[in-house]
Amino acid sequence: MPLRQKLFAIFISLALLMLIIELVRRRKLREEYSWLWLLTALIILFLASWHHLLIYVTSFIGAGLPTSTLFFFSLVFLFLIAIQFSIRISQLTNQIKTLVQENGLLHKRIDELEENVPGKDEAEQIK
Amino acid sequence: MDKNRKDTLVLIPAFNEGKNLREVISGIRQSCPEADILVINDGSLDNTSEAAIKAGAEVINLSFKLGYGAALQTGFKYALHKGYKYLLQMDGDGQHDSAYLQNLLHPVKSGETDLAIGSRFSSEREKGTYKAGFMKRTGMKIFAAITSVLIRQKITDATSGYQAMNSKVLKIYSSDIYPVDFPDADVLIMLHRMGFRIQEVPVAMHQNGSNQYMHRGMVSFYYVFKMLLSIFVDSLRKIPKELLS
Repeated sequence: MPLRQKLFAIFISLALLMLIIELVRRRKLREEYSWLWLLTALIILFLASWHHLLIYVTSFIGAGLPTSTLFFFSLVFLFLIAIQFSIRISQLTNQIKTLVQENGLLHKRIDELEENVPGKDEAEQIK
Repeated sequence: MDKNRKDTLVLIPAFNEGKNLREVISGIRQSCPEADILVINDGSLDNTSEAAIKAGAEVINLSFKLGYGAALQTGFKYALHKGYKYLLQMDGDGQHDSAYLQNLLHPVKSGETDLAIGSRFSSEREKGTYKAGFMKRTGMKIFAAITSVLIRQKITDATSGYQAMNSKVLKIYSSDIYPVDFPDADVLIMLHRMGFRIQEVPVAMHQNGSNQYMHRGMVSFYYVFKMLLSIFVDSLRKIPKELLS
């Protein structure tokens, strides 16, 4: 693998690693969503730095070029990360639905309770 | 009614503990009659809520299961809002022996410490029936050791959910910096960095809880990753001064 390519891949994966850690530090990214990103960055880093490993994996997966291996793994991990998000979004959608319904029902209940508050202005009471 | 409010709250997060709550609550009444009791029903599928009400506790029902830490935090926010001066947290499955409530409360009430942690790996352990597998025990020892080094104080049980705290700690625990997924070692380190005092109190724990709820995947691979990442990242964070009134 040409040196320039190798250095660039290493640089990008290190930058990604630092970015993820910084986002977690700033509480913008929860740890539970950071692990796949960190794993991705680490794997790309290993494959880019350790030439023999890269060659071995390339022939193992039947790729033509070592760079293909890097691209392939990046894509696979992006898929996994997207799937993680889809699962979580599905869960959140359901939870929001439940919350909004409960919210509406609670509001209704409060309205009904307020109608019966003693001492409330007679004119305002519906019953 | 607020004038009669007691100054101490015992907080029990509960998921499917309908069977155990009556005994747990009556144990609390015996050891700590001066406290109010609040059960957080974390989306239980059984009669947890009814059992708690029947035993005379206050209950907050969560629409669905948020998890141990988030349920606990609901209780913290309640306690803060209501103006409780002291809070005791314990598990609803009988793992925590209510006989030690006063032991935990005393150093906090006397002002000796801000947070008292009940350690199961201590002089009182013989009185309990708690047993942990080798992996779990080793993992717990490692995290206790890491915590001890980082806060420069000997901690033997960094994952104990049996704690007593004052309202200053309550304020921190009610904020977004409290890690609801695994409120363990990194909370202690965080508190220490903010200048709070922590004291361990020997307690006995029992082998209840076939219920996985409170054990929160401790010492699984993800737990180890997450704790190490949190501890590392915490050391880089600024101390949120606005939470230290």
